[in-house]
Amino acid sequence: MMKQLNYLPGLMLLLGFALPAVAVEPYYAWQVDEFAINQPLGGLQGDPARGKKVVIDKNRGNCLTCHAMPIPEEPFHGTIGPSLAGIASRLNEGQLRLRIVDEKQINPMTIMPGYYRDPKNFNLVLDEYSGKTFLTAQEVEDVVAYLMTLK
Amino acid sequence: MKRQLNKLLMIIALLVSGTVGFPLQAAEPHSGYDYLTQSTREMQDDEFANPGMVEVEKGKRLFNRVGNNGKSCATCHGAEGEKLNTKNIAHYPVYNEEFKEPFTLQMQINLCWEDQLDEVPFIYDCVDLVALETFVRSRARGEKVNVDVSGPIKPYYDAGKELYNTRFGQVDVSCAHCHEMNAGKHLRGQVLSQGQTNGFPEYRLGSGRITSLHRRMTECFRSFRAEPFDLGSEEFINLEIYLNARGNGLKIETPAVRY
Repeated sequence: MMKQLNYLPGLMLLLGFALPAVAVEPYYAWQVDEFAINQPLGGLQGDPARGKKVVIDKNRGNCLTCHAMPIPEEPFHGTIGPSLAGIASRLNEGQLRLRIVDEKQINPMTIMPGYYRDPKNFNLVLDEYSGKTFLTAQEVEDVVAYLMTLK
Repeated sequence: MKRQLNKLLMIIALLVSGTVGFPLQAAEPHSGYDYLTQSTREMQDDEFANPGMVEVEKGKRLFNRVGNNGKSCATCHGAEGEKLNTKNIAHYPVYNEEFKEPFTLQMQINLCWEDQLDEVPFIYDCVDLVALETFVRSRARGEKVNVDVSGPIKPYYDAGKELYNTRFGQVDVSCAHCHEMNAGKHLRGQVLSQGQTNGFPEYRLGSGRITSLHRRMTECFRSFRAEPFDLGSEEFINLEIYLNARGNGLKIETPAVRY
């Protein structure tokens, strides 16, 4: 009996390391106040350097598909949305956060995806994206932090 | 008071900018051809340079292949399909009174294949059926798309129109968001077209393959992270009716060359 359980501490240790890596981030509820979300999602702190990577990444923010941005090293910026150069001098942090989380709160007709809408509201989502927000709360905060540097 | 004024100003700004509130005016139809570079247009127009012509040839071989009862499509329609009524081809999809449902061109070809040649029908949108469709539709090159939606096909057209304007997937956009509201604008390096269907089945330079309309819609759905409807499904057929009728007046370009 004891011999059979020899592997248990090792297994528990392994699980202990593996679990945080696969843990799914909870969905943080957010609240709109005066066309802004003033509280950071989940109280998380954003990082502008990480945010810039999210903005460029085709599988994450992919903002350049629609918006021109002051990132000259990347070719072919989109023209669907407005340029984001100097956006931080036009909008404050809370206003930017709402536009990333769910632009439809401001313009119901918009083509812009809601990057942190409740996944329950989506229609016919591909299995691999089912139940997931487009960006994680941390990624949203990182993008907000990056956009705030575009004065 | 200040708050209300703010909201009012915002609403006025949105109305003025035309992004919300007014029903969008249907723009004049433009073929995807209008969004191509000059060299790609020349490739499409030149019968020898157009890579889609390989598919036309493949379709022609099937068109002339003898079925179980000794007949081929060519028996009735001519070896080059010269006896096909090109005006009829431009009408598809049409309402089939016998089957009491809309018939796409593929369905009509498949019905002939089964009834007139005594052959096993194809699976919808399979390679051979797409090749046959490419050949048949290429016979009507230059003919103006002319789908009549006034008759019993109207409810299917309406259902297609509704799907066209429905948001799908994690990206949560409708067909109209790209192909009506933003046609002509740049999606990164790509120009959004009106998403017209007059060139289908079309040769895609990106994949190097002939692509049917239902296959193309599947790609669109996946790109906005939505579960696509099945090839040949009622939903895609309804969309095809709406899309073809939306391009009424455009000339058939099959096989078109696109990116």
